[in-house]
Amino acid sequence: MFESITGSLETIFNKLRGRGRLTDENIKDGMREVRVALLEADTNYKVVKDFIQRVTERAVGEEVVRSVTPGQQIVKIVQDEMEHLMGPVDSKIPFIDGGATIIMLVGLQGSGKTTTSGKLANMIMSKGRKPMLVAADVQRPAAIEQLRILGKQLNIPVYSEKGLNPVKICKGAVKFAKAENRDVVIFDTAGRLHVDEELMLELKEIKGKIKPTQIFFVCDAMTGQDAVNSAKEFDTQLDFDGVILTKLDGDARGGAALSIKAVTGKPIKFVGVGEKLDKLEEFHPDRMASKILGMGDVVSLVEKAQEVIDVEEAEKLEKKLRNDSLTLDDFLNQLQQVKRMGPLKDIIGMIPGMGKKMEGMDINENQLKKVEAIIRSMTLEERMRPEAIEGSRRHRIANGSGTKAQDVSQLQKQFKQMKKMFRQFSGKDGKYLPTDGMPAYDMNIHRKLRSKRKKIKKNKKRR
Amino acid sequence: MGWFSKKNAGVSTQEDIENKSWLSFQKLKKGLEKTRTKITSRFKDLLSFRRKIDEDILEELETILLESDMGVGPATKIIQDVRDAWKSKEIEDTSNIYDFLKDKLKQELKAWDVSLITAPVPPTVIMVAGVNGSGKTTSIAKLADFFIKQGKKVMLSASDTFRAAAVEQLDIWSKRIGADIVKHQTGADPAAVTFDALEASLSRGIDVLIVDTAGRLHTNDNLMNELSKIKRVISKKIENAPHEVLMVLDATTGQNAVSQAKLFNRAVNITGIFLSKLDGTAKGGIILGMRNEIDIPVKFIGIGESAEDIQEFDADNFVDALFD
Ligand SMILES: Nc1nc2c(ncn2[C@@H]2O[C@H](COP(=O)(O)OP(=O)(O)OP(=O)(O)O)[C@@H](O)[C@H]2O)c(=O)[nH]1
Ligand SMILES: Nc1nc2c(ncn2[C@@H]2O[C@H](COP(=O)(O)OP(=O)(O)OP(=O)(O)O)[C@@H](O)[C@H]2O)c(=O)[nH]1
Ligand SMILES: [Mg+2]
Ligand SMILES: [Mg+2]
Repeated sequence: MFESITGSLETIFNKLRGRGRLTDENIKDGMREVRVALLEADTNYKVVKDFIQRVTERAVGEEVVRSVTPGQQIVKIVQDEMEHLMGPVDSKIPFIDGGATIIMLVGLQGSGKTTTSGKLANMIMSKGRKPMLVAADVQRPAAIEQLRILGKQLNIPVYSEKGLNPVKICKGAVKFAKAENRDVVIFDTAGRLHVDEELMLELKEIKGKIKPTQIFFVCDAMTGQDAVNSAKEFDTQLDFDGVILTKLDGDARGGAALSIKAVTGKPIKFVGVGEKLDKLEEFHPDRMASKILGMGDVVSLVEKAQEVIDVEEAEKLEKKLRNDSLTLDDFLNQLQQVKRMGPLKDIIGMIPGMGKKMEGMDINENQLKKVEAIIRSMTLEERMRPEAIEGSRRHRIANGSGTKAQDVSQLQKQFKQMKKMFRQFSGKDGKYLPTDGMPAYDMNIHRKLRSKRKKIKKNKKRR
Repeated sequence: MGWFSKKNAGVSTQEDIENKSWLSFQKLKKGLEKTRTKITSRFKDLLSFRRKIDEDILEELETILLESDMGVGPATKIIQDVRDAWKSKEIEDTSNIYDFLKDKLKQELKAWDVSLITAPVPPTVIMVAGVNGSGKTTSIAKLADFFIKQGKKVMLSASDTFRAAAVEQLDIWSKRIGADIVKHQTGADPAAVTFDALEASLSRGIDVLIVDTAGRLHTNDNLMNELSKIKRVISKKIENAPHEVLMVLDATTGQNAVSQAKLFNRAVNITGIFLSKLDGTAKGGIILGMRNEIDIPVKFIGIGESAEDIQEFDADNFVDALFD
C-alpha cells in the first residue's frame, strides 16, 4: 500500500514495455500509477491533480521516441515536469554589502528552526562573513540555551534577553549587531501554529521592526497533506522568501517540497540532511524529484561514483562481468572504490530500487572488512580462481586473515553466487535486466549520466 | 487494568474526570474548529443536504479522506466499502454516509486496548522514543504531570544526551511540574544515565519512571541500535520493564509515519503511540491509515504546548473531531 514509487513505476515499465507506442489509454494507466506515487510521497492531492493534468497534456502531444519504452518516456516527462515545478534553483542569499543582512527563520513547532539557524550561520561563515544568532524564542523551555550552545560550537555571538518580549529583543539585537560589527544576523523564532493568530501577529510585528532581508520558512520533510495549510498561512502573513526543508536524511519522500512550491511559488533554498551543523545543502530539484518518485538519488550516486571511480576501470570491469571472467581480485578492487564513496549504506540507499529493499537489511561494514582481509590473504592465483581453494589453503587463508575456514568457504560460495547473478543480469546491451522488481539499471550509468548532466545544463540555459 | 480507567483514577473524583474529559474534548474540538479548514466544511457541505449517492460523490469523498493523510490505499478501501454499502442499499443518500463512516471507524478504533500497562510492583517504566522534534520531551512533561496529578511519584531520566540543551529542557520541565530528574552531562552515555535513573527510582520509591530519549530518524541504524541498548539496560535492571514504550508521532506527519512505526517497533517494540500536535490543522488521519501495515494503539494525544495539554485517546472523540 505504501510502497515506494519505484514499485509503481516498475509497474508502468512492465505494463508498457513492448507496446512501443503511447496511446491515450496507456498514458492513463501510467498516470494513475504516478498519481498514487505522488500521493504516497505526501504531495498534496490538489497539487497532484493539477500536476497529472499538465503531464498528461504534455505527454499526449509528444512524439514517441524510438529508443525508449513508453514507460521510460512517461517517467522522463514526469521527472522533467517535477524539476520544472520545483525549480529554478535559487540557493543564493542576497547579502547586503556594507550593511547587516538580516535573516529570520519561522515555522511550526519542532520543524528544525533552531538547528537550521546554526547550520545557516555555519554555511555563511564559510563564505567569509561574520554571522551572529538571535534567540527570539522565549517560549520553549531551554530554547535560548540551545541556541547559545550552537553559538559556542561555532564560536559566534548569540544575542538573548531573558523574559523580554521577542519584538523588543529583536530591536536590541539589531543594535548589538551594529556595535559588534556582525554583518549577518540570524533570528531564531519560536515554533508556532499557523492558526495561532496572536503568535502570527507577533511574527508580523518582528518583521516590521527588523525588516529582514530574507525570511525562510522551515518545514519538516515528513509533513503530510497539512504542509500546504501551514505554508500558505505563513506566506500570507509574512510573504516569506524561501523554504528550508529539514530531516531529508531519512526515508521521507518529501512530497511537501512539491506542494509548498506549488501553493506559495517560493523557492526551496536549502535542505537539512542531519542534526549536525554542517548538514545543510543547497536544494537540487532533480534530486528531489527522484526522491519524491522514490527512484533513488541517482545523480548524487553518480556524482559520488565519478569522484572515485576510474571510468576505464569500470569499463574493464563491465567487460569482465559480461564474459564471466570476474576474479576476486577485481572484486577487491571494486570494494576499495566503493568504500571511498562513503558508508556503504548511504550508497546503496541511493541506488534506484534499493531504498525500499534496504529497509530491514543490515549492511555490516565489519563483514566487508572481513571479506577484504580474507581476499588479501590469498595469493594472486587464488584470487583468480577462488573456486579451487580447498582444505589446507583455506586454513592458511583463514589464519592469515584472522577468520575461520567457514568464513573463507562462505566467501567462495557467495562469490560464485554473485557471478551467477551477474550472468543473469547482464543482457546483451550490458544492462542489468530487472529481475525481481529492480528497475533496469545501467552498468554504464556513469557515462550516461555525464551526458545527462550536460543535457541538464543545456536545459537550464534554455529556461 | 490501567490507572486511567475512569472509575478508579487516582485522586480525581468521577465528576472531575467527566468534567475534565468534557473540557478537553471541547478544547480539542475548539482546536480543530478554530482551524476548521475546507476539509471539514466541505465534508459538511457534501453531506448536509440529501443527495443521492453517485460516483462523483464518492470521488469527492475520496479527496476528503486523502486530505486527512489517511493514505491512498486505505482511502480507496473505505470508498469501496461505502460503494458496497450503497450498492447493497445499506445506505441510500449522502446523509447516511456520515454515520456509516463514523460508526465504522469508531468501531475499528475501539478494538484498541488503550490502557497503560503498569508494573504490579513500582516503578512502572515508560520509555519514550520518536523522530526528531516530534514532541517527545514535551509529551513526557505532560505524562509526568498527568501521573503527578494522580498522586504518583514521578521521575524523569534525561537520556537525550545528544541534542543541545535537551537536558536543560527536561530539567526545566521537571521543576515546573514537580518531578524528580536524573541527568548527566550532554555527551554522556544515554544507557548510563538510564541505568542511574533506574537505580534512583528503585531506591527512592518512585511510582513512574519516564525515560526521554534523543530524537532520531528511524533509518539511522547506529542510533536505532543505541535505542535498543537503552531498552536492554532497562529490561536487565527491572523485570518486564519497560512496561510501555511510547512512540511520539507528530500529527502533521504524512505517510512516513508508517516507516517510523515499523522501524521503531523493530528496534524497541512499541506498545503505544502518543499523537502530538493535534491542536493544529492536521487531523492525524495517518493513524487510521497505517493500521493495515502496523497496528499500534494510540494511547494519548497532545493538544498544545503546556503540561496539561494531554488527553487519553478516545476513539469517539477522535473520529468526531476528524469529521465534525
Ligand atoms: N535528522 C535530522 N534532524 C534534524 C534536522 N534538522 C533539525 N533536526 C532535529 O530536529 C529536532 C528539532 O530541531 P529544532 O532545531 O530544535 O527545531 P525548532 O524548529 O527550533 O523547534 P521549536 O523551537 O521547538 O519549534 C532536533 O532534534 C534537531 O536535532 C535534519 O536536517 N535532520
Ligand atoms: N502545538 C503543539 N506543540 C507541541 C505539542 N507537543 C510538543 N510541541 C512543541 O513541539 C516542539 C518540539 O517539542 P519537543 O518536546 O522538544 O520535541 P522532541 O521530540 O523532544 O525533540 P528532540 O528531542 O529534539 O527530538 C516544541 O516547541 C514543543 O513545544 C503539541 O501537542 N502541540
Ligand atoms: Mg527552536
Ligand atoms: Mg527532546
